[in-house]
Formats: sequence, C-alpha cells, structure tokens
Amino acid sequence: MLGKLSLSAIPIHVPILVGTFAGVAVVGLAVLGLITYFGKWGYLWKEWFTSVDHKRLAVMYIVLALVALFRGFADAIMMRSQQALAFNGSPGYLPPEHYDQIFSAHGTIMIFFLAMAFMTGLFNFIVPLQIGARDVAFPFLNNLSFWMTAVGFILVNVSLFIGEFSQCGWLAYPPLSEKQFSPGVGVDYYILALQIAGVGTLLTGVNFFVTIVKMRAPGMSWMRLPVFTWTAFCSSILIMVSFPVLTVALALLGLDRYLGMHFFTNDGGGNQMLYLNLIWAWGHPEVYILILPAFGVFSEVVPAFSGKPLFGYATMVYATCSIMILSFLVWVHHFFTMGAGPDVNAFFGIATMVISIPTGVKLFNWMFTMYKGRVQFHACMYWAVGFMVVFTIGGMTGVMLAIPGADFVLHNSLFLIAHFHNVIIGGVYFGYICGMNFWFPKVMGFKLNESWGIAAFWFWFFGFFFAFTPLYVVGFMGMTRRLNHYDNPNWYPWILVAMFGAVLVLLGIVCQLTQLYVSIRDRNLPENRDLTGDLWNGRTLEWSTSSPPPVYNFAIVPHVHELDAYMHDKEHGINTRGAGEGVQYAPIHMPRNTAAGLSAGIFAFVLGFAAIWYIWWLAVIGLVGIIATVIIRSADKDIDYYIPAEEVARTEQEYSRQLMAQAAE
Amino acid sequence: MSEHNTTSSGESHGSVSSYIIGFVLAVILTVLSFAIVVTHSLSPSATILTLSLLAIIQVVVHLHYFLHMGGHSEHRWNNICFVFTIGFVSIVIIGTLFVMNNAAVQMMSR
Repeated sequence: MLGKLSLSAIPIHVPILVGTFAGVAVVGLAVLGLITYFGKWGYLWKEWFTSVDHKRLAVMYIVLALVALFRGFADAIMMRSQQALAFNGSPGYLPPEHYDQIFSAHGTIMIFFLAMAFMTGLFNFIVPLQIGARDVAFPFLNNLSFWMTAVGFILVNVSLFIGEFSQCGWLAYPPLSEKQFSPGVGVDYYILALQIAGVGTLLTGVNFFVTIVKMRAPGMSWMRLPVFTWTAFCSSILIMVSFPVLTVALALLGLDRYLGMHFFTNDGGGNQMLYLNLIWAWGHPEVYILILPAFGVFSEVVPAFSGKPLFGYATMVYATCSIMILSFLVWVHHFFTMGAGPDVNAFFGIATMVISIPTGVKLFNWMFTMYKGRVQFHACMYWAVGFMVVFTIGGMTGVMLAIPGADFVLHNSLFLIAHFHNVIIGGVYFGYICGMNFWFPKVMGFKLNESWGIAAFWFWFFGFFFAFTPLYVVGFMGMTRRLNHYDNPNWYPWILVAMFGAVLVLLGIVCQLTQLYVSIRDRNLPENRDLTGDLWNGRTLEWSTSSPPPVYNFAIVPHVHELDAYMHDKEHGINTRGAGEGVQYAPIHMPRNTAAGLSAGIFAFVLGFAAIWYIWWLAVIGLVGIIATVIIRSADKDIDYYIPAEEVARTEQEYSRQLMAQAAE
Repeated sequence: MSEHNTTSSGESHGSVSSYIIGFVLAVILTVLSFAIVVTHSLSPSATILTLSLLAIIQVVVHLHYFLHMGGHSEHRWNNICFVFTIGFVSIVIIGTLFVMNNAAVQMMSR
C-alpha cells in the first residue's frame, strides 16, 4: 500500500536532523499561525499564490531563492566545519553517508534553486518592464513554472526528514547513482525533484523567448534592446536548447533505476561516460545561463552609477551572443580525463579558452564605462566592482583548467572547487545581489538600506577570499573534493582558514538579512521612499513607471526612439508615460488569476513523492490530477478581463500628482 | 506589438484531418520501427540504418503536421528558430559521436 515507505524511513536516530526538523516545525508553525492570526490567507491566495502578474511571481521566485540560500549555506558551513574537525583520526561529527548527502544537496540546491530561481525572479521583474510590455507572453505558464520550481525545492527538502537525499554529488554520476550502488531513495529524490523543477525552467525559457521576440514596444528594434534583456534572451535560448538534454539524461538514468535498463550501468552494454557527456552538454550551457543575466545586471548598474551610457553597446551584444554559441562547444572540458584522445581534448580546450575573449570584451566595456565617468559608490557599485576583481581571478584559473595537461593534475581537486566558486559566487551571486540592490526600490517602492548592504558586501568579499584561496592551495597539494576526513597535516591549517572564511560569509548573510529587516522597518521614512520611480536616473523603460509599477505596467505603451529609451526621452523632453491633461486612456486587457498552476504543482508533488517511494496508486492519482488540471484550464474561457479606462486614469493621475509634489519640493 | 493578446490567435493551427493524418503516419512509423526490432527481421547494421531513416521521417512528419512547418510558412521566426535548433542539435549529436567514438578507440573499449 505505501510502497517502500515505512516508519523506519524517518531518521529519528540522527540528532542533527531531529534538531533541524524541530526548528523547521517551530518556525513553520509560527509563520502559519501568524498568517492565520492576521487573517492573511485570502490575501496570500488572491494576490500571490494564484497571481499571474510577472511582478508578483518575481518576488515569489526571489523569496524561494533566499530560502534556498539558507539551506544551501547551512550545508556549506557543515561541510567546512566537518573538514575542520575530521583531521588526523578524528571522524568529525558527520558520518560519511550523511556528509555525502550534504555535499550533494549543497550543489543541487545552490544551482537549481538559489541561482536559477533568483535569475528567473530577475527576468520576471525586469524584462517585461524594460521592453515596454504589460506582462509576459504566457502569464499562466509563468505561474505554473513558479510552482513547478517550488515543488522541486520542496521535494529536496522533504528528503531531509523522510528517507534520504542522493549521496552521488550534484550531478549523480553513474555507476554510483545506479540501483546497484545506490539502492535507497536518495537518487530518486534527486531525479524527480530536478525533472519537476526542469519543467518549470523550460517553460520559463519558452515564455521569455516569446515575450522578447513578440512583445517589444513599438520602435524597440533589436539593437535598441537593453543589455539585461539581451542577456535574458540569450539565456532563454540556452535554456530551451540545453534543458531537454538534462531531461533526457535524467530520464535514462531513471529508466535504469526503475525499469532495470542498462543505459549507464557497468554491465548489459551500458556506458557511464555517455551520461557524463550528456549531463555536461547541458551542464556547461547551464553555467552560462546563470552568468549571462549577471553580466546583464552589471551592464545596467555600471552605466547608471557612472552617469554615462554603456561603453560599446554593440560589442556587448555580440559578446553575449558569441558566449551563447561558444558555451555549447566546450562541455568536454569537464571530463578531459575520461580517456578521449589529444584531438578531442585539444579542440575543447581551445574552444574553452576562446570564451575568455568575449568575456574580456565585456570586462573592458564595464571598465571603460566607469572611465572618466562620475562614479557614485552606491552599494550596487561595490558588488559590481567586487565582481570585476573576483570574477577575473576565477576566469583566469578557468583558463588554467582549460589546458588538458593541467586538468589531468587538477581534475576533481579542491582547485577545481575553488575555481567554480570563484566564478559562481563572484559572478552569479554578486551579480544577482547587485541587481537586487538596484531594482529593489522599483519592486517595493522603498530603498534597501545602504550601509548594511556595503557591510554585507565586504563580509562576502573577504569571506570569499578566505574561504576559497586556501582551497586553491590545498588543491595544488593534492587534496581532492568531497573528502569526509583526512590525515595530511599540511592541509589542516589551510582548511582552518577556509572555515574562517565560511564564518565571514555567514556574517555577510546575517548583514543581508539585517539589511532587509532594517529596510522594511524604516520603509515609511521619507528618505527611504521612492516616489519618483526613477531613483538612480535610470536609462531604460522600467524607470519610467511608478515604484512599484501599476499592475498593467504601462497605461500607454511607450514608443522607443533610441537605445536607452527613457534617458533619450528625458534628454529630449518627451513624456514617456504619455500622461497629461485630457489624455484618453483605453481599457487595458489583462490576464485573470488562476489556481491551475498551484493545482498542477500540488499534483506534481504527489506524483513525484509517490514515484520516489514506489506508491503507484498515488502516482496515478498525481498524474491524472495534472492532466485533469491542464484539460480544465484549457477549457476555461474566462481567462482575461479589462481594467476600465476610468480606473487607469485614476491610477495615472495619482502618480502624476505624486510626481508633481515631488518636483515641487 | 502594442496589442497584448492573452487568447490564442494568429496563423492557422491546422485542421482535424491534418492532425489525424499526422497521427496515423506517426503511429505507422512507430509500429514499423518497433516491429523491426522485435522480429529481428534485418541484420543488426541494417536495423540501425532503417531505424535512423524511420526516425528522420518521423521528425519530418511531426514538424509538418503538428508544428505546421513547411516551405509555404511565412513565419520568419519559425524558420530561424528551426535552423538554430538544427544547429544546436547537430552540435550535440555530432559532438557526442565524435567524443564518445574517440574515447572508445583510445580506451579500446569498443
């Protein structure tokens, strides 16, 4: 009846997990209790859970990403402290089977649920506003994507308390991840969580591709597209072409595990190396999916705080597009040691080094944007300049690893770990947090506290160097990744330094939380309010709306005359909003909220959980539920409505009054 | 572009009969491939060749009947996307063959 699920699947004998569960349960109950006490369930349901508004979904994505950050960082600091303790005969406090789950969960969560969710959140908020659209092309799919991503993350976290998570690393290489060596449910949690979240990601890619192709404001030709939107566009293309490869690779692994097939097993004609080949044919484009939008953020932030247009817009676009293509030609550098010949390895090594050229173009463009500009060191600029330093170092160690001969020595060592954290933290994370500091006032209508933001930056910046420079060193000394314990006395001091770095990063995260808390507490202070909607003297269309923007974004769809449309309009005295006395507003056609996304999400959770535990009757219910939801939703004709012209006029006039009051001060 | 439709519109999405023809063709091609493998009626190399051929025809059938691609298509974006897709898919497939074959030769595993 319950498949493999029994009471013994609940790890009551592991004190860390029991403690965590108690913590999660107390906090969870407190949150649920508070929502009930303040009677906010209806509000949450109407305004958030069923919302198809891209701005609301953006906020939900970023909240999800921040929760994933805490979970992923908790795993990180546990790994660091285990390695700081488990030296010279001491077993540390994490037994191998638990430690292996932690490093697998850390990578999975950080990439799929922190980075991807944060990126999608930024896409959602900014892309429609930057191109002058009222929503994305498929608002319902957008809501569905969010719930699919959320369900994937929930499944990963359920594995903490029911059963176990994968012990095979974040990419679950076979044959270790095959039934023969991993008979438990851990790998099944991994496969199903990623497959469900993958549906969401793929739909996001389709959605933003269509949005950017079809819904640009009149006059916004391709070479007038803001750079962030360009990067979102290239990321969406990469999502559409690479995520199906991941889906297939994981599905084949699933067939091996569930139906006893032999795609990647040792026997029966299987070939594990094919899995590596497939997973990295997705995996390498994936890291560019993440980094391109971060480049986009810097391309918006650096000009805004340098008071100059972006240096070399066209080269920035070409660099973005060439990175998009090149990212598909380098995947073998993740497994140079597999045994392919010198011609294969040389091809992929050189292709990898070539990527540093367009990336270098971008770095110089940002630096030339700052050159002779009036640079204001706002918190965003700290993250941006910090990125330039950290990312350049990471890029150079990447070029080192691109040399097949060097890679044979450094493969799977902590040098590699230091390298990719160098580019992912220094590039992706710094970029997204920079973007959060930059666009937060647009989303919420009030500023993020700046001093706490700068403090967070310094802790992250130095924490990063303290945590990962030692890993470069011990990597050269031969320390491999994923070690549970070790006895080499030369490594020990470096590992302690890395532990100290992790504590600094923890303080950085504490500063970020304090920043959020302080900003929300002081949101009504006059100096924190964003009444003009254009706090940083912005260049692109999103700054022409109020903060937060009205639900329809643009009462009158703006006409784009030039690159940096809003700056052009400001300089030429053009009223981008088209507001004023006697303007006739038309009713605005908008999509209606729907519970179908949440419903499909719940049934996907049921399907995933049931398949993990072999509860087949329940899996059928989940599957039927998903199909029924889709059919009912497709038959629903009542999916849109019109905002009456009077309401639009009222909202716009109020904003105009606010602007005039602000100008009079 | 100033119109933001939330309901489906635009070019033809095919007719019932075109969908049925496509469906029947897809079923025939699938059953044929399955039969060839199950009955062992051809030599292994001939089986692989025939399967690849049937797969390519299957792709064309799907593109024509379900995705409404064709020479008459005036959707510039459809065609650009299709060319890009072919490009990326070829990179993955040819690259995989190149890499895996080279590794197999070097490691003397095949």
